[in-house]
Amino acid sequence: MVRTDALTGGGTGTARAARAGGGRRGLTVRLGLMAVPMAFFGLFFGYPVVAIVARGLREDGRWDLTRAVEVLTDPLMLDVLGFTLGQAAASTALTLALALPGAYVFARLDFPGKRLLRAVVTVPFVLPTVVVGSAFLALLGRGGVLENAWGVRLDTSLWAILLAHVFFNYAVVVRTVGGLWAQLDPRQEEAARTLGASRPAAWLRVTLPALAPAVLAAALMVFLFTFTSFGVVQILGGSRYATLEVEIYRQTAQFLDLPTAAVLSCLQFAAVGVLLGVHAWTVRRRESALRLVDAARTARRPRGAGQWALLWSQLAVIAVLLLLPLAVLVERSLATPEGYGLLFYRELTAEPGTGSTFVVPAVEAVGNSLAYAAVATVIAVTVGGLAAAALTRRAGRLVRGFDALLMLPLGTSAVTVGFGFLIALDEPPLDLRSAWLLVPIAQALVGVPFVIRTMLPVLRAVDERLREAAAVLGASPLRAWREVDLPLVRRALAVAAGFAFAVSLGEFGATVFIARAGTPTLPVAVARLLGRAGELNYGQAMALSTILMLVCAAGLLALERARTHSSGEF
Amino acid sequence: MASLDVEALTVRFGERSVLDAVDLSVAERETVCVLGPSGGGKSTLLRAVAGLQAVDAGRVRVAGRDQAGVPAHRRDLGLMFQDHQLFPQRDVAGNVAFGLRMRGASRARAAARVAELLELVGLPGAGRRAVASLSGGEQQRVALARALAPEPRLLMLDEPLGQLDRGLRERLVVELRELFERLGTTVLAVTHDQGEAFALAHRVAVMRDGRIAQSGTPSEVWQRPASAFVARFLGFDNLVPGTVRAGTPAVVRTAWGELPVPDGTPAGPCTLLVRPTGVRLDGGDGLRARVVSRTFRGDHVAVLLDVEGAPRLEAACTLRRAPDVGDAVRVAFDAEELVRLPPHA
Repeated sequence: MVRTDALTGGGTGTARAARAGGGRRGLTVRLGLMAVPMAFFGLFFGYPVVAIVARGLREDGRWDLTRAVEVLTDPLMLDVLGFTLGQAAASTALTLALALPGAYVFARLDFPGKRLLRAVVTVPFVLPTVVVGSAFLALLGRGGVLENAWGVRLDTSLWAILLAHVFFNYAVVVRTVGGLWAQLDPRQEEAARTLGASRPAAWLRVTLPALAPAVLAAALMVFLFTFTSFGVVQILGGSRYATLEVEIYRQTAQFLDLPTAAVLSCLQFAAVGVLLGVHAWTVRRRESALRLVDAARTARRPRGAGQWALLWSQLAVIAVLLLLPLAVLVERSLATPEGYGLLFYRELTAEPGTGSTFVVPAVEAVGNSLAYAAVATVIAVTVGGLAAAALTRRAGRLVRGFDALLMLPLGTSAVTVGFGFLIALDEPPLDLRSAWLLVPIAQALVGVPFVIRTMLPVLRAVDERLREAAAVLGASPLRAWREVDLPLVRRALAVAAGFAFAVSLGEFGATVFIARAGTPTLPVAVARLLGRAGELNYGQAMALSTILMLVCAAGLLALERARTHSSGEF
Repeated sequence: MASLDVEALTVRFGERSVLDAVDLSVAERETVCVLGPSGGGKSTLLRAVAGLQAVDAGRVRVAGRDQAGVPAHRRDLGLMFQDHQLFPQRDVAGNVAFGLRMRGASRARAAARVAELLELVGLPGAGRRAVASLSGGEQQRVALARALAPEPRLLMLDEPLGQLDRGLRERLVVELRELFERLGTTVLAVTHDQGEAFALAHRVAVMRDGRIAQSGTPSEVWQRPASAFVARFLGFDNLVPGTVRAGTPAVVRTAWGELPVPDGTPAGPCTLLVRPTGVRLDGGDGLRARVVSRTFRGDHVAVLLDVEGAPRLEAACTLRRAPDVGDAVRVAFDAEELVRLPPHA
């Protein structure tokens, strides 16, 4: 998430100030570009949020906080809140402990296969939560590898949740911290050493302060992601553990207690708002002028026992924590009662019998998912692309506020989005309950921030003076955009679309609220299968998860080839 | 080609005036160079003329026509950016043809014109090359070809040779001057390099803090700087307050004693500029001074002299005549090389 702005400056101070000035025409263009994203977010995010607040805090047309107070002082709910905070803190600490050495390894050591490995560790980040849940279930759960080997079961334990969270967020830390670390000029440390600092002192005084904001930002992101964790806890937490997200879902789906769910959503919303605020603050602090250099030049072959040990220990962490669960998932999907075979995969295509989990063959979920995800991608790229174009023209508080607003759905739990859709868009004045489009819209909402984060650095890196050069040569603003910006950002656009597609494909928290029984998506189908007893259901869940994983992983690896080192913050 | 008239042009960034009521005109086929230190508002002037920078007050006329409200892409001007801003995703020909395409030129016509221009700037056949593969000087030529291709009414150059090494710069500046002469181009250039400005321009305007401090032909500006600022910017350091007493011969009273000035120099308080070439070190009973340092400058030696009770004095000597550090010398002055400037405000 390193801002590339610092790298792309140039020109004299006055020329830069001149660009910041902008005119009335610029403001009009900006507002025009923002109109579509604004309307989209107003309708599908703002309005549902208002509905949630109204449902939770108003009674009989009046503000009434009694229920809110009741819910928030309920010891059970306090337990949930405590667990949510505690597991997020523990997950963050564990992730940092395991991934910070990884950030160093990827930033400063050069070894064969590094590019591929970097892509591989990123795969988990885009894997659907249910896939990860299934994988850890297969590794740690009933009848899992660990139980077969040593008789140990870790599902429905805190450890399963924490390890799954590390699995997800390892890449966040490696990319955020490692990305910056690789670009820090090693000569800064060398300068400190020529001035008399020992090697550790130089690291402590020069490198660490430069890295600290990135570490903080990464920690906040991990905390945010784990604070709002849903699918993983839903699958691995059993009935013992629930995060706020899971509790909101339970209150809605099991107890049909919408007001309580609404109060919890408000609480969730407030917590996420605070976290995002702190994150935005750290990002701004991070923009302080650092001397950044080309990442390709800072890595060295490992030297000395210490560096080799570090490299091998990280490879071990990646193998055990990241690759093993996925391998076990594939293995389980093939391990039928009659030995290895494709029974579970065949079963996915079978017409469902009576009392089955589905009314249609499970494999139809694949088609549903792909169709939903394709539509969601179109929406997300359109909305996110326009928003990014508006945000490119840097400007004052208005645009910064808009930026923050667009990031909200990223942190605001998917469950809140789904729940909001359920209570806001299901009844007049806006009844979209039966609209097929509702699912892709919810998925797009979650995907848009990724599109913006991918597009923005690239768009901002396009030197404003290139557009000016085009203008002086006779290109109208629209023509200049087409001739100058588009060719430069085409690749980023593809990456953004890929991310949006992967996110939509794996989206679970929101979709589970609004997907109709007859047209489940892949993650919803997996969750349903896991919720049923019987080896056949379990095996099918593993098989579906494997399919989903392969689709996402293949997509991401293709993207990884396409992306340049500067395109994108995730 | 057309003339340019800038009248009372003012651009403010917040409280600061980057351009403060600038008046400047460039006649048809004339080359005018705005000279000044960096941060003095030179680039902003070009951007304002090009329509890339909103103007707070004043007027820009091209061929007599007010350009207010005309967007940059309709002004039909050429601007060569300081760092060229070649489009990285296009090859050389794609860059040069850009302006022609924007004006709807046919493919064949554009191709012919591109070939013609690449020939003109000395890069024949380079059309298919990637801009990233070009050297600084080649990029410079491509940028020039790109700006010239659509035959703009006025060509503006922002530090045209700023990033090139010295030898190349000196060669290119002559090439540019000849080229503009031949094409009859109206040119407005800005630079911080006086050598470049003097070599390139028919007229030079020295700019300071958003104002034009002096304008005139290169030799006028060099011979008679209008103020101490201009003199210092041109590299002169021998400046002292003084008072001129009319008479024959006219003299000026300064910390360096009474020095001769050309007859007819107006009387009264002033700042006096003494050109180093006007400081002779063989003046029998002249001012006493001691040599503090000598700096070899190629065609002459700059000798810095310590004068008791007065500012240091710089003299220019031939290598053969330059005294050694520590030598005591007697100084005499050439009246023709002493210039009376207005007193410090």
